[in-house]
Amino acid sequence: MTYQQQSTAAPPQGQAGASPAIPPQAPPPGPQGRAGGPDGGPPRRTAWAEGVDRLRAGATTEPGRLRIIGAVLAVLVVAFGAVTAWEMTERSAAADDVLHSSQPLSADAADIYRSLADANTAASSGFLAGGQEPAKTRQRYEDDISLAADKLVTAAANSEPGSTSAKTITDLNKMLPEYKGLVERARANNRQGYPLGGAYLRYANAKMQIMLEDAERLYTVENQRLRSDYDDATPYPWIAIGAGAVAIGGLVWAQRRNYRRTNRVLNHGMVAATAATTVVLLWLVVGHTVARAGLNDSYDHGVRSMNTLNDARLASLKARSNENLTLVSRGAETKDVVTEAGKQTVDTFDYDFEVQMKDLTKKLAAAADLADDSTGVKPVEAATGNMKVWKQRHAEAREQDQLGNYQGALARVIGSKADKPTGECFDNVETNLKAALTHERAEFEQAAGDGRGAMNGLVVGAAVLAVLAAAGAVLGIGRRLSEYR
Amino acid sequence: MNARRLRASLRGWGGVGAMAVVCALAAVFALLLPVTQSRGNDAEDLAGQGTATGDQIRAPKCTDPEKQSLSPSSGDQDGKTVQKIKKRGYLIIGVDQNSYRFGYRDPNSESDDAELEGFDIDLAHEIADKIVGAKPNNVRFRAIPTDQRIPAIQDEKVDMVVRTMTINCDRLKQVAFSSPYFETGQQVLAPKKSGITGLDKSLAKKRICTAKGSTAWDSLDAAEKDGALPASADFRDRTVPNQLDCLVRLQLGEADAVVTDGALAASQAAQDPTVGLKGEPFTDEFYGVAMKKGADDLVRRVNQILVDYRKDGWRTSYDKWLAESLGESSGPPPVQYK
Repeated sequence: MTYQQQSTAAPPQGQAGASPAIPPQAPPPGPQGRAGGPDGGPPRRTAWAEGVDRLRAGATTEPGRLRIIGAVLAVLVVAFGAVTAWEMTERSAAADDVLHSSQPLSADAADIYRSLADANTAASSGFLAGGQEPAKTRQRYEDDISLAADKLVTAAANSEPGSTSAKTITDLNKMLPEYKGLVERARANNRQGYPLGGAYLRYANAKMQIMLEDAERLYTVENQRLRSDYDDATPYPWIAIGAGAVAIGGLVWAQRRNYRRTNRVLNHGMVAATAATTVVLLWLVVGHTVARAGLNDSYDHGVRSMNTLNDARLASLKARSNENLTLVSRGAETKDVVTEAGKQTVDTFDYDFEVQMKDLTKKLAAAADLADDSTGVKPVEAATGNMKVWKQRHAEAREQDQLGNYQGALARVIGSKADKPTGECFDNVETNLKAALTHERAEFEQAAGDGRGAMNGLVVGAAVLAVLAAAGAVLGIGRRLSEYR
Repeated sequence: MNARRLRASLRGWGGVGAMAVVCALAAVFALLLPVTQSRGNDAEDLAGQGTATGDQIRAPKCTDPEKQSLSPSSGDQDGKTVQKIKKRGYLIIGVDQNSYRFGYRDPNSESDDAELEGFDIDLAHEIADKIVGAKPNNVRFRAIPTDQRIPAIQDEKVDMVVRTMTINCDRLKQVAFSSPYFETGQQVLAPKKSGITGLDKSLAKKRICTAKGSTAWDSLDAAEKDGALPASADFRDRTVPNQLDCLVRLQLGEADAVVTDGALAASQAAQDPTVGLKGEPFTDEFYGVAMKKGADDLVRRVNQILVDYRKDGWRTSYDKWLAESLGESSGPPPVQYK
């Protein structure tokens, strides 16, 4: 209402100024423009200069101005739509990668790493059991090796030729059969009752340590790729937002100008254009904020938890294989360690066991901190409990070994349930960590899926709405323009 | 006496080599005689020194380390240390679990206690039976790494070590040894089909594996300086944590030959019929039972047990474990006390 009251003062000026000017000024653009051609014949003017001239000439008349404004508005709105589509395509592609490419690849790399460490643990457990190793351990070893081989093929297919990852995968592919050969030799010698079997197993273990370093590198690279996909998916699309603001600003200005000159409040086309542009801008900001929140949540509560749990699982596997190897090597390998008490010579494998156990303790504590609901916390707490029992039983086993009771020590490491072996604790840690990982993976997929979902339709929607908005703006201006014909 | 000692020291040497050494040393002694006489040594001792394989060059004050043990009859055999063990009811012996035929564990043993077995283990049982009395569980075996043998004795983690341990002058400063119970020497082990014939030119450009920090490495180092080993032989950066790892490298083609003492080389050969000992041992070493320095009663007691064991038991054990890979033995090494 107030608008109308105020506007009564304005229109006369505008109309008075504009209407007399129309008839004489409307025709000139055409003839002038056409006349420029023959006139400019001899001097040969460039198309650009000609265009600028025509524009300048056009800008002096209202229909010319309106044409320019219409064109500019259309360009602004279409540009906004295009930038939105472009930025969001990039982001949703990155979010897609997180969900369907880099996270699965990172999980594959973790599987390679874990199955190799697990194979090494199974090989040493089977070896400790004697020449005739238990069928279950053997099966576990074989499963691990074939899983690692399978995942290496996937990883190779997804790595860029010539990259460091590709080289690492090639190295791993080369070493895997070598490792297997050494383990088979260890088994053959163990069957014969030769201590040489133990030497082979230690050699196989040394090879595995190199492989594990490679597998860890691969895992790190895949994790970095995952992180960078997250970094590509989550930043705000500032260019699109800016373009949207400019487009809306332009539309509002044009409408205000229109109102000032014609005293007409609504121009249907322009209003539709403004509405459509506003919808795109809001959709963009809200959709992306939701998507970003979902993705960030999937990283903080999914990926980070999964990484920590994977690390814990690997520490537990390595600790277990060192525990086995302590009994296999029977003091065949020592190393010097510098502690506060001075230089000490310690059993290589027993020392490594302690190092890995410390790592496991740390990683489990971190995993418990990261777990954000009771379903996630429970298995981690259970694993921590198992680990404490493991440490106790390990100390008992070591004591028996130190006392010269090798058989007693062996029973406490790989014996049956009645012997209360450390193997039981290791298995429990493994089961619980697996449960925790399954839970965290579900959480990740949920959150990342939600985030990715929030971007759904945004690209197509933005494009369609931007075209509609541009059409609206042009029609709106066209309507005004038609008044001059 | 002198003649017997000479004969003993000459064991294991090629006749010609021994003659050459004796001639050379005789010449040296002839020159040194006026100087050394001032120390008050008699000629007999000098002759003994001379045949001790050049040890006197590196450690002039310690010669014939295998002859430094206490005679069983030189004093008390049932003192504080022995009493303590008897009271405890079992003996703690440091052993190896990885030396096939000397001290190892059969992974396929059916028995629940999966005992260790081998030549060293037989002797360990004999000592336990004699000191504590023949009864079950009269001995506890503790597997100790090679480089932990001396610390384990010094820290009293074990009463003694029976673990293919060579009696040498450096170790005599840290622990006490029994009289020698086995004679061996550094030897070359290589595939039977290879052209390697021993410590000679055939090792030129060959990769030789030794255990880290072992006597084998030192003896190769010395042999290279002497010229006995061609300079092109590659052994300096080919050490492994344990002597048995050398057989792994040999089988995998990562080494061409192994040098370790003859007993352990034989233990390796027993695990692989395609490798064999090449040439004669090129050093002379004796294994002894190591005990804490100062535990004289225990040393005398063990020496007494060894006297009996050499007569009855030693050969049975040798034939059971070692004859197959080392061949017939002329018997235990001769004994001489301080």
